[in-house]
Amino acid sequence: MTRERGSPYAPHAEGETAAMLDAVGVDDEEALFDIPEGVRFDGEFGIEPRSEQALRRELTALLGRNDDLTEFMGRGHYDHYVPSIVDNLSQRAEFLTSYTQYQPEITQGFLQALFEYQSMLVELTGLPVANCSMYDSATALAEAARLADRVRQASGTRVFVPEFLRSGKRGVLDNYLAGTEMTVETYPMDDGNVDVEALAELVDDETAMVYAENPTVRGSIEERLAEIGELASENDALFCLGTDLVALALLEEPASVGADVVVGEAGVLGLPNAYGMGLGLFATREEYLRQVPGRLVGVSEDAADRRAYTLTLQTREQHIRRERATSNICTNQAWVALRAAIHLAWLGPSELVDLAEDCVRDAAALAERLDALVGLKAPVHDRHHFREFVVRCDQPAAAIAGDLETEGYAVHVVGEHLLQVCITDANAHKADELVAAFEGVL
Amino acid sequence: MIHDQARYVENGQYEPLLSEKGTSEVDVGGDDSPLPDDLTRDSVELPALSEPELARHYTRLSQMNWSIDSGPYPLGSCTMKYNPKFTEEVAADPKGAVHPDRSARSVQGSLGLLHGLQEYLARIGGMDAVTLQPPAGAAGEFAGILVAKAYHEANGEDRDEVIIPASAHGTNFASAAMAGYDVVELPSAEDGRVDVEALEAAVGDDTAALMLTNPNTVGLFERDIERIAETVHDAGGLLYYDGANLNALLGRARPGDMGFDIMHYNVHKTFATPHGGGGPGAGPVGVVDELAEFLPAPRVRERSSGSGYELFDPERSVGKVHGFQGNWLVLVKAYAYIARLGDEGLLDASAKAVLNANYLGSQVEFDIPYGPFHHEFAATAGEKDAADVAKRMLDYGVHPPTTKWPEMVPEAMLTEPTEIETKKSLDDLAAAFNAAAGDDEETLADAPSRTTARRIDQVSAARNPRLSWQALDGDE
Repeated sequence: MTRERGSPYAPHAEGETAAMLDAVGVDDEEALFDIPEGVRFDGEFGIEPRSEQALRRELTALLGRNDDLTEFMGRGHYDHYVPSIVDNLSQRAEFLTSYTQYQPEITQGFLQALFEYQSMLVELTGLPVANCSMYDSATALAEAARLADRVRQASGTRVFVPEFLRSGKRGVLDNYLAGTEMTVETYPMDDGNVDVEALAELVDDETAMVYAENPTVRGSIEERLAEIGELASENDALFCLGTDLVALALLEEPASVGADVVVGEAGVLGLPNAYGMGLGLFATREEYLRQVPGRLVGVSEDAADRRAYTLTLQTREQHIRRERATSNICTNQAWVALRAAIHLAWLGPSELVDLAEDCVRDAAALAERLDALVGLKAPVHDRHHFREFVVRCDQPAAAIAGDLETEGYAVHVVGEHLLQVCITDANAHKADELVAAFEGVL
Repeated sequence: MIHDQARYVENGQYEPLLSEKGTSEVDVGGDDSPLPDDLTRDSVELPALSEPELARHYTRLSQMNWSIDSGPYPLGSCTMKYNPKFTEEVAADPKGAVHPDRSARSVQGSLGLLHGLQEYLARIGGMDAVTLQPPAGAAGEFAGILVAKAYHEANGEDRDEVIIPASAHGTNFASAAMAGYDVVELPSAEDGRVDVEALEAAVGDDTAALMLTNPNTVGLFERDIERIAETVHDAGGLLYYDGANLNALLGRARPGDMGFDIMHYNVHKTFATPHGGGGPGAGPVGVVDELAEFLPAPRVRERSSGSGYELFDPERSVGKVHGFQGNWLVLVKAYAYIARLGDEGLLDASAKAVLNANYLGSQVEFDIPYGPFHHEFAATAGEKDAADVAKRMLDYGVHPPTTKWPEMVPEAMLTEPTEIETKKSLDDLAAAFNAAAGDDEETLADAPSRTTARRIDQVSAARNPRLSWQALDGDE
């Protein structure tokens, strides 16, 4: 039998198709389509099929049009080295090509991996409940604000966010709150960190949530988080802290500074640089458990009295509670969470803490070297920094960034005379060359 | 045909947790720390295992997990089809591993690919403009509804209702509610389709949109789609297409031609990108011309000079639904899949998906209340509990269909084999259905018995939530 032409992944041989049509009682497949004449389409999209080989060549050539730049970029999307074991194990087809675990008896493997991911987030945040993923840090923040809306006391509708916040996060937050009465306002920053006195003037009993980041979008480390947590708590507002998996290993534990919700980027581990694709982390206190968005894996027992895992508390979710669900999220980032879990477990506590400490040391060292160049001041904020920092330049920042790009380096432009530079274990070996490139273009 | 799964039992558990295999607690801060102690935590305790130990742990976990590469996965409305292997390699190309803030001129390859995918999706959906930003189908629904809202507001109209058929996916309701709309639920007519008279009674000045899945969730094509579109449009509302079942229509009908104004594409269903055990997916949104200016920002377009691509913000954009540009790796796989199949392959995918569903439907000994159906059918387990029948099917080596949904079919078993199964595989699936149907109540209630784990008590998991290994302390 020869296979029919058509989809290379529809395995029908000619004889088989005929037998199946016969069993169904029609002459051809077209007879099975119950589509009125008025809306029939002729099938001509004008998309030429390609052989696998030809297509691979074509796509390699297409992506080859990207310039080969060494990136010193961050601002919410970070590139850390991903060990080979992450690709190898996460790409096992049993993980990669599986669906949501609606039949737990035959999906114990993925459920356990997600349970372990949740557990590692619990350890890192100090909060007892972590879900098994949001899309990215922006949607995690937005879901936190919606949670604040559900658990708030009768009055509060104000959500406070830092003056320096990535526009993508602010944009998503605005959209997720558009259907509520919540309003988003900013509070000022002082030398890159939260201006706590100014925030104290703003926060009142109409406040539902106060959001702060550690490290901030400018890479500085907050020094008064416990005071911010206290401010929120005195006003019956939730304190939401934005952070990432690597920073959590070193910086103050969110639970110890009074965080009610921790959100942020978990894709800093396990995900390679992927044009902004992320993994939103979300953890919170026990009392908000039934208001948590997204999927949760819990422990139960099976009929043999053995420990077994299952998706749980699904009555919060959209497929059961529909318009009264805690979130509309269904497909999430489960496989990315698996990758982050493998990466975390591979590092273990010692290497994870070492990695985080290097984020501080390398940033300080690079800032010092750039500061020594004529025409640059770095870091602009007199703070401790994590991975990244802002550089003031005498010349227009855009021109310098453009010249650096010509030399093969990418940095952020964050103001007319402000650049932002990010260093991780993935680019640290090119720090000397970056400094030389800066020197060359100034 | 039995696809047995691995089962590792040690100390009364199927596989110990990472934490039980060994953790270590390290102090943080102190003299060697680059930070003062008041800015650091005290300690971190995490698993501390060798790479070989981890390799075995995760390999074992994978062997205790069902996947489309393990065997049939006929989950109705979920479209679990084979994921080509080469698309993984393309997505892993380091040339595409770029930072999202890179200048447009330095990422012409990535932008070219995204532009190409926008074009392909527009042609497949019969839409005029596409955004790739939403990271999942539900995020696409939300983005689409925001676009509808912005459109009405721009016209000075205050419409606060979205109409959704009772049989629709739960995400439709949740996404409309998130955007601040009241949901009006539309009952199904006796033939399983939209009750057009009920729709005519429901639409009005308050109607912002009707959200519709076509074919619907029992596999029926909404034959009255032209009249439905006219009814909604005459009332000033917009028609939203839920792309969950687009696989059934590829090349034979296009949402845009049917009168839909907005749609989302589930690339992880229709375009064979892996589901990854629950994600990532991607939910691009397509719209007709007059809604294009409201799409999320940024989008990709060709430069007016004709050479290369650039990002731009649509004039009256609703803003952002993702922090950056969405799930890039998934979009690359979708592009590769569409390009691999081309017109001929896409047309064949829907032909064989519909043939397979009809053939399987003809072989199972259950009633199928609604038809003629396309890519999926809702059989009923009748007097039996559909969930029990499903658990028993696990013993026969197949993944069962979606059960107890949609609610319009009692004890529903919503089955979608997709185009990838052979006749032999469908015969095996039918045999598993029929064998389970023939088993007595006691056997069904005791199932499954050949799987990694036996029947799991989901009620106690919800009643006594233990959501981390920290919560297990003191249990054993």
